[in-house]
Amino acid sequence: MKLTQRLGGLVLRFAAFCAALGAVIAMITSRERSSFFVLSLVAKYSDLAAFKYFVIANAIVTVYSFLVLFLPKESLLWKFVVVLDLMVTMLLTSSLSAAVAVAQVGKRGNANAGWLPICGQVPRFCDQITGALIAGLVALVLYVFLLIFSIHSVVDPFLLRKS
Amino acid sequence: MAVSKLVLAATSGKSCKILLGLRVLAFLATLSAAIVMGLNKETKTFVVGNVGNTPIKATFTAKFQHTPAFVFFVVANAMVSFHNMLMIALQIFGGKTELTGFRLLSVAILDMLNVTLISAAANSAAFMSEVGKNGNKHARWDKICDRFATYCDHGAGALIAAFAGVILMIIISAVSISRLVQPNKCSSSTAASTSVVP
Repeated sequence: MKLTQRLGGLVLRFAAFCAALGAVIAMITSRERSSFFVLSLVAKYSDLAAFKYFVIANAIVTVYSFLVLFLPKESLLWKFVVVLDLMVTMLLTSSLSAAVAVAQVGKRGNANAGWLPICGQVPRFCDQITGALIAGLVALVLYVFLLIFSIHSVVDPFLLRKS
Repeated sequence: MAVSKLVLAATSGKSCKILLGLRVLAFLATLSAAIVMGLNKETKTFVVGNVGNTPIKATFTAKFQHTPAFVFFVVANAMVSFHNMLMIALQIFGGKTELTGFRLLSVAILDMLNVTLISAAANSAAFMSEVGKNGNKHARWDKICDRFATYCDHGAGALIAAFAGVILMIIISAVSISRLVQPNKCSSSTAASTSVVP
């Protein structure tokens, strides 16, 4: 692989690693206690299954990106990295989609089901969750670019390389 | 018949047969998921209170449009089934078009994008239905599946079909990417192959 290709791949992957790590940290540290008359409500990310899945998926992506950063240039595992990149992109998009769907109910409620929005009582929690979701979206976009980049550099579909 | 001749030509070569069969299955799965969720609606009358001795009844409807995740589910499944239909038509009726490098790549990229789309849709609908089925006592959201059982059952059926579509789309995408490495044409023309195997 040429040097510019390898450098571009490394930069993209490091950026995706940072974004996924930021998403995990932002969501784990979001915890807020609010008192509502005599009731005390503690909002944490583990109350909702979708947020737990989001944290787990982004943690897997963080570890995977970190490991692939150190893969040597001439290793035979690069073709396997293309497959794993597709799996990881799917994981990222499914976790982000689920978390956004549930967070949207938390922010706006669902009048037909009688579910009240909770963001009015725990605004800092909501803001931090929003930040985590944005970081997850950035990681997803970077991974889509990485996927196309991996296919271009490893599989060489235009058969441009003579070797 | 001309149609059987076309189908026979499109399925020459083993990977072409497998790909066509998988695409037909994925098309059926995602189409049925979209249709079942799109027609998901249940109306029920409940007694909400008593005025003296007469009960007050109110009618509630559960529709798929009430939840944005389900709307996304229906739209995404319709799009993926349309994509599969296009690819099936391309394989059967586009027999004479040469699958040059860029066309093969665009098929693979489109397949990958559709894999991510359908997995996102199926997952968001699954988590929303989990909240609807079990409720969430921390956020004080009541479950709705004990009152609208048919709505939940139909939604579950649509979800199962969509997850079957996800698995099928993953396999289709893998086959498409492997065809990038070793192109072989699923066409009826017997022209010389344009691929150069390094």
